[in-house]
Amino acid sequence: MEKWNAGPITYDEKSRRMADEMVQAEARHIARRSSQDIDCDCKDGMFPRSGFADRRAFLFAAGSLAVGAPALAQTAKAPPGAIQFPVPDDPTKEQGRPVGADGGYGSRSQFETEVRVRFPTANENTSWSFTPLDKMLGNTTASGLHFERHHGGIPTIDPTKHVLFVHGMVNGPRKFTMADIKRFPSVTRKHFIECSGNGLTEWNKPTLKTVQGTHGLLSTSEWTGVQFATIAREVGLKDGGSWVLAEGADAAVMTRSIPMEKMLKDAILAYGQNGEAIRPEQGYPLRLLLPGYEGNTHIKWLRRLEVSDKPFMTREETSKYTDLLANGKARQFSMDMEAKSVITFPSGDMKLPGPGFYSVTGLAWSGRGRVQSVDVSVDAGKTWMPARIDTVAEPICTVRFSLPWIWDGKPAILQSRCTDETGYIQPTLAQLIAIRGSNGPFGSIYHLNAIQSWGVAEDGSVTNVHA
Amino acid sequence: MFTHKLSLAAFISALVFAHPASAQVARYGFGTPATPDELAKYFSIPADGRGLPSGSGNAKKGAELYALACAACHGEKLEGNPAKGIGGDKLLGGRGSLATKTPVKTVESYWPYATTLFDYVKRAMPFNAPGSLSDDDIYSLVAYILSEAKIIKPTEIMDAKTLPAVAMPNKDGFVPDPRPEVELYR
Repeated sequence: MEKWNAGPITYDEKSRRMADEMVQAEARHIARRSSQDIDCDCKDGMFPRSGFADRRAFLFAAGSLAVGAPALAQTAKAPPGAIQFPVPDDPTKEQGRPVGADGGYGSRSQFETEVRVRFPTANENTSWSFTPLDKMLGNTTASGLHFERHHGGIPTIDPTKHVLFVHGMVNGPRKFTMADIKRFPSVTRKHFIECSGNGLTEWNKPTLKTVQGTHGLLSTSEWTGVQFATIAREVGLKDGGSWVLAEGADAAVMTRSIPMEKMLKDAILAYGQNGEAIRPEQGYPLRLLLPGYEGNTHIKWLRRLEVSDKPFMTREETSKYTDLLANGKARQFSMDMEAKSVITFPSGDMKLPGPGFYSVTGLAWSGRGRVQSVDVSVDAGKTWMPARIDTVAEPICTVRFSLPWIWDGKPAILQSRCTDETGYIQPTLAQLIAIRGSNGPFGSIYHLNAIQSWGVAEDGSVTNVHA
Repeated sequence: MFTHKLSLAAFISALVFAHPASAQVARYGFGTPATPDELAKYFSIPADGRGLPSGSGNAKKGAELYALACAACHGEKLEGNPAKGIGGDKLLGGRGSLATKTPVKTVESYWPYATTLFDYVKRAMPFNAPGSLSDDDIYSLVAYILSEAKIIKPTEIMDAKTLPAVAMPNKDGFVPDPRPEVELYR
């Protein structure tokens, strides 16, 4: 295998501009978060600022009761996905809201403010947004916070009119309505989806401040749907059908070619996400789910599957989502998302209030199977300690891990390292660049699964570093 | 009683297994057959040009169409337009840059197949009215872009026969995914 020395990495104009704009967007996001914060002990605390609008609303409400002007409380704006209600001084002294007042579908608390952040591409219809991993609890991404990547906006599709065609090298081409699809036996499986562009700003130098920016194109959901294998039996496959084209019903009419072997192994035509219909941003009413494959292949708004003897060489699998190496050749159909992990607490833009006990926690995942183990280092990888796996390791699904740590107040570099059940160990950035070459940021921008480092300074501030 | 049970079991096994057709096929029967007419509007064109529609076009006609339908986003000279709200990709240039520190990936320098250009324009362009161009228009636009990229001659006609035969500069630039890399294993 060819090797290249890891030399300095330069950005082309477009990549540089995009990275710069993302840095600015992240700065605006952080500024918004802290400007909305009010002075309180939490400001220098270990958790990033949150709960701004709500604390203000609380003050408004508390203050306004005193002056007899409760209407003031209504002026505070609810965070996305929430409804602003007046906050009583003592919720035990008055009745709460009546049952059913929400129309039968709940919203999140007005005190919860985490949101996705959009990457500031020039065009808002072809863009992506990051999941706030630093705020994520447990091992499931809230459906409304699932990362997005769209190439032609988010279509509105009437499920009663949506049809899936399955044709090409099949014995009997068929079409299926959503009602047809839901009649088949279903499977329910928990998997992560990760965009292969996750971390693309981080090849050259630490660029974004927060884990939302460096790793937020990762989300985990429970998906429900029909296995492709079930549909394949229904239509009958002809000999030689070795690829399947999946096509979306958005304005990009997104297409990718998927190896038949993968389709028959574990592909799901998913209509359910976390117990309800999948969100419009995630492909309502039907999406392809290819466990462990790069996010772009999980075609949303799925309307067509065409069985073929060859791949179709679509725009997305030639000009995009190919990994240009330093020797000028590009890897194609690099589908697997390899083992990766990241510490989400403490992570960039947080501040530890002082020496003492912290539960270091994060997420680990592999597109090739279960997470076998996670190691954590507090000395930039010189020594490693096995982390506790806090969730049950499922195939091709994130796990949450943690490690008890007593910080002595001295500078530290925190890292995590995932080993999956195949024995693959998450590499360092230097290892990846040694293999792929050094024109990373706009050559091989995809598939960065290197170990992430967070630097903890003596004052407790946490920053994104390369170590 | 015994014989009763036996015959019931025999009946069930006959129902499930004795009918060779149903045992082999085991279909649910959901969905309905898709007719050639219904499928006619869908397309996906691999490198060999299978499924390319009839029609044809040339660079001269393509230049006129480009100015009307494409230049606003992709630039008068196919140089791209990074302006806010637009963000159209650069289509030309970058030949010979792929193995350098500043590779420039364009239709000219990077795209391995001309058929992909036809397929993509037909499905997703122009951005403000995707799928609105006629097949003749698309052949013309593709001819114009390839001609400006000096991949074909300005006079060449693009159609279902000639398009798959266009040799793109980077046609041999792609390799299969060699991962997993063995040195990254325990």
